[in-house]
Parts: sequence; structure tokens; C-alpha cells
Amino acid sequence: METKAFQKIYTKITQITKATCSLNAEGVGYEELASVNGRLAQVVKIQGQNVTLQVFGGTEGIPSNAEVTFYGRPPVLRVSDDLAGRFFNSFGMPIDGGPEVEGDEREIGGPSVNPVRRKQPSELIATGIAGIDLNNTLVTGQKIPFFADPDQPFNQVMAMVALRAKADKIILGGMGLTNDDYLYFKNVFDNAGALDRIVSFVNTTEDPPVERLLVPDMALTAAEYFAVDKNQNVLVLLTDMTLYADALSIVSNRMDQIPSKDSMPGSLYSDLAKLYEKAVQFPEGGSITIIAVTTLSGGDITHAIPDNTGYITEGQLFLRRDTEIGKVIVDPFRSLSRLKQLVIGKKTREDHPQVMNTAVRLYADAANARTKLENGFDLTDYDERTLKFAKEYSEKLLAIDVNVDTDTMLNTGWELFSDNFTQAEVGIRKEMTDKYWPRKK
Amino acid sequence: MKENNLTRGKVTGVIANLVMVEVDGPVSQNEICYINLEDVKLMAEVIKVFEKRAYIQVFESTRGLKIGTEVEFTRGMLEVTLGPGILSRNYDGLQHDLNKMDGVFLKRGDYTPALDDKKKWSFKPLAKEGDSVVAGDWLGEVNENEQPHRIMVPFKFEGRYKVKSVVPEGEYTINDTIAVLTDQKDNEVPVTMVQKWPVKVPIKTYKNKPRPFKLLETGVRTMDTLNPIVEGGTGFIPGPFGSGKTVLQHAISKQAEADIVVVAACGERANEVVEIFAEFPEIDDPRTGRKLMERTTIIANTSNMPVAAREASVYTAMTLAEYYRAMGLKILLLADSTSRWAQALREMSNRMEELPGPDAFPMDLPAIISNFYSRAGFVYLNNGESGSITFIGTVSPAGGNLKEPVTESTKKAARCFYALSQQRADSKRYPAIDPIDSYSKYIEYPELQDYIKENISDTWVDNVMLVKNILIRGKEASEQINILGDDGVPISYHVDFWKSEVIDFIILQQDAFDPIDRSCPIPRQKYMLDKVLDVYNTGFEFDSFEEVNPYFKRIINELKQMNYSEFESEQFKRHEKELYYIIDEKKSA
Ligand SMILES: Nc1ncnc2c1ncn2[C@@H]1O[C@H](COP(=O)(O)OP(=O)(O)O)[C@@H](O)[C@H]1O
Ligand SMILES: [Mg+2]
Repeated sequence: METKAFQKIYTKITQITKATCSLNAEGVGYEELASVNGRLAQVVKIQGQNVTLQVFGGTEGIPSNAEVTFYGRPPVLRVSDDLAGRFFNSFGMPIDGGPEVEGDEREIGGPSVNPVRRKQPSELIATGIAGIDLNNTLVTGQKIPFFADPDQPFNQVMAMVALRAKADKIILGGMGLTNDDYLYFKNVFDNAGALDRIVSFVNTTEDPPVERLLVPDMALTAAEYFAVDKNQNVLVLLTDMTLYADALSIVSNRMDQIPSKDSMPGSLYSDLAKLYEKAVQFPEGGSITIIAVTTLSGGDITHAIPDNTGYITEGQLFLRRDTEIGKVIVDPFRSLSRLKQLVIGKKTREDHPQVMNTAVRLYADAANARTKLENGFDLTDYDERTLKFAKEYSEKLLAIDVNVDTDTMLNTGWELFSDNFTQAEVGIRKEMTDKYWPRKK
Repeated sequence: MKENNLTRGKVTGVIANLVMVEVDGPVSQNEICYINLEDVKLMAEVIKVFEKRAYIQVFESTRGLKIGTEVEFTRGMLEVTLGPGILSRNYDGLQHDLNKMDGVFLKRGDYTPALDDKKKWSFKPLAKEGDSVVAGDWLGEVNENEQPHRIMVPFKFEGRYKVKSVVPEGEYTINDTIAVLTDQKDNEVPVTMVQKWPVKVPIKTYKNKPRPFKLLETGVRTMDTLNPIVEGGTGFIPGPFGSGKTVLQHAISKQAEADIVVVAACGERANEVVEIFAEFPEIDDPRTGRKLMERTTIIANTSNMPVAAREASVYTAMTLAEYYRAMGLKILLLADSTSRWAQALREMSNRMEELPGPDAFPMDLPAIISNFYSRAGFVYLNNGESGSITFIGTVSPAGGNLKEPVTESTKKAARCFYALSQQRADSKRYPAIDPIDSYSKYIEYPELQDYIKENISDTWVDNVMLVKNILIRGKEASEQINILGDDGVPISYHVDFWKSEVIDFIILQQDAFDPIDRSCPIPRQKYMLDKVLDVYNTGFEFDSFEEVNPYFKRIINELKQMNYSEFESEQFKRHEKELYYIIDEKKSA
């Protein structure tokens, strides 16, 4: 990103905080990009002559006579097919040693799709993971995060889902990614021979945190290029959105805004929604699907970050270690795919909705039985059977290492029902049981 | 109004969508102005005035805006355009027609007209020469999607007028003069089919607003049977994310017995609006046989659309509803989610550095919410006809905790409370309305009780009370069982618990995606209520508590199969018969 010739250089900074600095300047546009002693910055507030800049690299060591120049435009990304296979930093600069990408300049954080120009999502994304395909089916154009504690293998599961999803392009937006995780993603994509389908924008733990704020917009601008200009199915992976939100709060707190719940800015909902709503199915065939990661602290989903996320996204996939089977499962209670009803029983077998709901209900009965047991009470025969069912259900369907097709998942479901319960206890529509209830061997 | 008298100003500051403007003349609170940013005009509203400085909230992105940019004030407040052609349209929060905008992406400043000024409507006069009229009186009507759309004396007209002439039956556009009125001073005023009205001001052309008393059928059992809402009533649905607020509202919008449905998608997901766009033109309205879209208007300000227009969107929706109510129609108004509107107010108030109230929401939030809810209601018009706006809003409490300002303020304003419970949603007991915490204040209205006695049955109201008691008893029994253990309580506790489970599974739970179960008309609700009360009123004998659960599971299963079957079909009757066989098995002598 070069500065234009004959630019005015300002050298009198009036105020410096951890993430921002202010100066008097003229002719500056809102959200315009600037450089402060070579560090990129963006206009976040204009009051008369006084302009406040958010300095992405942080203000450490910035002197009050730092050189400030303005770019006359908001941050942009150059887009073309040459993006494919490349790794960039938060500013869209190559970090893989390759040349800068030539192409059209697109402003990042651009306008929203007119809702009447969207198409209703209807293409199922098969992952082979029953905790997803059976209980929380994903659809192209959906936006959904993994909710997981930091010790859960969310990046591994996300990479696995991405590779099985048959997307034309996978765009990785890494925020506060550890170097190990960055190399992990690079490796799996490389090993899968998928590198030429991947575009990555990465901010690692070694980079300044405020830089992260650019990553999702960079990733989504690239995604819009492939989905709109090239009609491709694009999958965007954003990890970790909790670190993104933390960066938001750093900036807003430095600007003396009144924080709302959990010291997050009052605009957190709108800020996150603007990103997640970029997920879309276009009528021309292109689509943007967003799979994100929101790490939790101690499984608390009432914290402002997961809470606002849940209100925005089309469901969430909750990862949890099931101690009984010693494996990570997609928790059927807290997980949800809101778009599943667009495809289940339509693109999948007719019994899908009922099998899914019934299994989860029986799993809930098992949870009650477990409480009883913990409180030292005797279990009824029904309780015992639900516990047995729950264990088998966890092992054969919920565990993330399951990789089968949807019909197999449904058949397994019916097997588990008939092994443990009567038809009346299962309570599924009669036409379905007549057709699918396994005959006793 | 002469152009050159209008106030102008220059931008002096920008913080996101809050812009400060130095003005050269008078400005008023809530006045609309336009910022001339390069080749587009950005619409904005005055939200605070301090000396020569106006604080305006911009309904668009302010990217690129510079100090010194020109601003033109209009003297008018934010207004909607009222006339035939509103139905079936998809508007943004400021009533711009989304379908008329070019391109895939929204462009700022792309302000499309709300109505079609070319279309001809076949007009039939209702008033005649010499009639004395006031604002809101009907002058004529046109046919809008097979509904009578009354052309009224404009709401802004003050005092009495005399009808000088009305055009004969014929085809007219919205801008053609359809009547000439004369005021007290004999000045002639032409009237067209279109008028404007400021959204923040309630339309009050009705004669009076009595307490509502007619049941509004929603087809959702747990609402109609347990906590009914009325025509002209208010209700709200708070619940954590994923608990079923939107699915419930969509179900109500499809099934409720209303002439017109106005949906305000306020700061929520675009795909949920797309679902309405995709489905409503296909689904039949069981009452008219026409498509649902023909009676529906959608105001879409989804979460990624400009925040300031979110607040406007609910007012726009309410004003459109008031317009149709003045025609003597039954309107259902839905807003999902009113919390997003409150958050938009909070964002703005924070940017203006106002003294914050609880959770940083503006201090006057409770007043704003109750003012809004008070615009709903059942009214009698001057001509003796009636109209109503039933309003149901969702609330999205932070962290699912109902002790937060938006929920608490709404609780004071709305008369029905449909609390969605996380626990019920987790165990897929949809709709997840908590039957015990939720309430309808209307059920206590003697007017409604009389109405139900006359139109549904004598015993209905008593049965509703009975059902609530059974549920409470069931809950207590289950708590005792959890404390003392299955064999630590008398068998009757198990029976009490399972009798309440029968009600839960058969009346409360309803699959919104099942082609038959999703809508349950009142006669069918009554029939099923009688069935579960039959079960309740039967004395059963069991040898051990272990028999209770499997036995009631069978009862529930038969009743559930009835819910899944076409009402009174062969299949339905077969399961009903089976049900009574099962009941007889354990019936005490
Ligand atoms: N009545 C219902 N029947 C079946 N499923 C339901 C019902 N209500 C909600 N659901 C399920 O719960 C999900 C979330 O519902 P939604 O209304 O979108 O929640 P909210 O608006 O409260 O966040 C839906 O996608 C659907 O899977
Ligand atoms: Mg919702």
C-alpha cells in the first residue's frame, strides 16, 4: 500500500492512548486509512479539526511528533484469482515470500446484500460427522460457530469439516492464532493437496492484537470476490472470534466509550452481525458459508461474546468431552443448526427429522437418570435402558471421529431405538416406524 | 414552504453514524435532513440540538464523510407514505421498496419510492357530496389483493370538512384527485389516494379504544388454550437464543386469524426474512384460499443493515398497521426483536455520552417501550366499525437472564408474557413456552370470559385454570420424586407427574414443521383438551411405580398420533379408540 505523491505530512500528535492517537488534520474522511510512523491506522472519530486514529500495530513507542499521512481511502484488498494458494497478514500483504497480488482494489467492509436478492439456502454440506450431519446439518450460505473451551480440538475439527465440505475455495481468517496452529492448518491443507483452493489471512499471537480487527473483513472481501465474481462456493473459517471481540473492546475502551456487559462495547452485536451476515447464498450459484470458532471460558455461554454470537449466527456447534466414552462429542443439547430444517427430510431421508429429535429426547431422559444416580437413588428399568442408549449413541453417533453417510446414521439411530426401547416409548409417527423399525433378528 | 428558507448546515464531527452539524437556522427534534456526500444524499434524523449544533443519526454508513460537508434540513419528521399497494411489499426500515433497488448489494442513498404511482386502482366512492367528514373518515375504497382498502380523509386534516365532490367509480392512480373537500372557511382541498404521516406520532382517528375482548386464534395450542391473546392485545416473547422466538412468531404470522400481517424484522438474521420471502408467496391462507404474501407486508432492517434505521423500522411497521386499522381491519403486528431496537438506542445514547441507565441503556427506555406498546389496541371507528392491532414482540435478553432492562420494561407494557425456557428448548419440548411462568392478563377479563363462553364453550375458561393447576401439581410431584426417590413417594405422585406430562406432550408441545400438527384450530384444540382431561379425570390403579411410566408413554403415544393425523380422519379415530382401550386397562373400578 503506497502513499500518494505530494501528500501532506502531519507531525503534531495531540493525544496518545494504547490503541489510538489524535491529531489536527484537514480533509480527512471517516474510516480513511492513515500511516503513523509507518504503522497503519484508521480514522475512527472526527471532531472538528481533531481526528482520532486507531493504530493497528498499537501505539507503543509512537512519539508525539510521529509522521502521519492519510491515504484518501479506506483499507482495500487487491482481488484476483492469484489470491488462491496464498498467505497474507491482516493488511493483505503476502507473508509467504511470494509477490504482491495484482488485481482490482476492493474496499473491505463493503455494503450488505439486499435481503430480497438472497436465495434461500438449500444445499446440504456433508461432513460425515453425525453430531453435525444428523443433529445439526449444515447448509451452504450458513454462518455457524464452534463453541468450545480453549482445550478442545476445535481447529482440528474445523479443518476436517472444511476439507470434507467440497468448497471451491476455503478462506482462513486466523486471529490470534498460535504459530503452531498456523503451521497445523498449513500442513493439513498441504497434505490434502488443497493448498491451491486456500487463501489465508493470518494474525498470529506474535502480531499486535488490534491488527486482528482487519482479518475478518479481508477474508470476507476475498470471499465475496470468489462468490460474486466467480460464482464459487466459498467456505470462510474464522478462528478465534473471541480474540477478535477482545480487540474490539480494547479499542472502544480506549475511546472512553461506556462499556456494556463484560466490558464489551455496546455495539458488539452490530459489529459481529456485520461480519457474520456476509454469509449468503446468491441466486447465481455462488455462496459464502462461515464456520467460526468462539472460545468460551469455562463453558460459559452467557458471556457477552458467545451470547451475542448465538443471537447472530444460525446455530452453534458445542464441543464437549464425554468422560464416559473418553471422546470429544458434538453436544446435542447446546448445539443447533437453524438451517437444518431446510434440508433434513428433503435432501435427506424422510425419517431424518423424527430420528434426530427422538434420539435427543431420549438422551435427555438419560441425563435425568444420571442425576438420579448421582443423588443416590435406584434406577428403574427404563432409566437403565436410557443410560445404555446414551452411551451407545455417544459412541456410535455423537463422537467427532465418526465418519459415515447420513443413511447409515439414520439406520444406526433406528438400531439403537429398537435395541433399547419399545415403539411406544420412542413415540415416532406410525408411518415411519412401520417402515424403518428394524425387524428383530 | 420555500426552498431557500430551509435550514442548511455543515458537518463538524463524525463518530460512526452519529454526526455533528453546525446549522444556519432553526432545526427541530426528529427533523429529517440529508447529507450531500459526493454524488449521494444520506438520510439522517436530528436526535439532539445544542445551541447552533445539531446531532444527527445517519441511516447509512458514514464512510468517507468529511468535515464541512453540506447538510440540508427538510423541516419534516420521518414520514411514511400511505396508500393502496403497501400489501405484499418488502420495505427497508424507512419504507423504501427493496425490490425496486438495483443490484445485489445495497447502495447508500438508493431511496426507492414506497408505492407505484403508475398503477391504476378501481375506485368505488363511499362518501357523497354534502357529507360532513373528519380525518380518517372513508371517502371510497379500492380493491387491494381482494381486501377493501379504504381511501380516507387524510389524517393530517384538522376539524370538519364538507365533501364537495367525489369522483365516480373508475380507474385512478394514487396521485389522481378522487375527492374535493371544503374546510370551514370554504377553501377547496383536493384529496388523492395517498397521504403521509410521521411515524413517531400515533394515528388516533378512531372514536374510542375499549379493553380488548375477542380471542385471537393463533393455532398455537399453548397460547390459545393456556394463555390466549386477544384482538388488539399485546404480548411479548422473551427467550435466550435458539429457544424458538422466531419460529413461534413465524407460526403465528402464518396461522393467526388476521386480515393483515405486518412483520418487522428488526436487527435479526437476513436468512429469516428470506424464509418469509420464499415461503409466503407459496403458502395458502386457510381463511381466504389466497396466498399468505397477499395479506403480508415486511419491514426488513436486518442486523447488517444501518443501525439507526432499526429504530425507525418498528415505528414504520406500527404506522402502517395503524393505517390499516383505520380501515376497519384486523392487523397482526410482529417485531423480531425489540431488543435490537433498544440496542440501537443504546449505541446512539453512548455515542452522545448521555448519562446511562441500567446496563448502559438510555434512562427513558421504559417510557419508549410502553409508548410503543400503547399504540396497539382494539378500536371503534367513527362509523361504528371496529379495527385492531395485535402486537407481539420478541425480546432477546442478554445471557438469557430475564432481569435485564428490555425484558423488565416490556413486562410492564405488554399484557401477555410468553417466556421461552432454555430447559424446554434443550429437551426439544417446542414451543418452549414455560406454561407456569407465562401468563395472559386477558384471561382475567370478564369481557373475554363472556366472549369465550358464547363462542367456544361454557367450560373452557374453567378448564384452562384446571390445566394450569395440573401442570403445577405435576411439577411439585416431580420435585418430590427427585428429592425422595422413585420409591420414596406414594405411587400417586408418579401418576400426578405423568398426568401433567400428558398435557405437556399433547397440548403444550407442537411441531412447527409438521404439516398437520403445526396449526391447530380452536375446535380441534377443544377436542384434544377434552381428551387429556378425560385421562386426567380417570382414576388409575398401579401395583408399582414402575408400571406408571411405560403405561403413560403408551397413552401419550396414541394421543400424539392423533395430533399427527388429519382431524377426525379414519386414522385419527383409530388412535382415539386405541387410547380408550389403554385407559380401560388400568382404570380403577
Ligand atoms: N415449534 C417448534 N417446532 C420444532 N422446532 C422448533 C420449534 N421452535 C423452535 N424450533 C427449533 O429451534 C431452532 C431455533 O428457533 P428460533 O425460533 O430461530 O430461535 P430464537 O429466535 O429464539 O433464537 C429452530 O431452528 C428449530 O430447529
Ligand atoms: Mg430469532
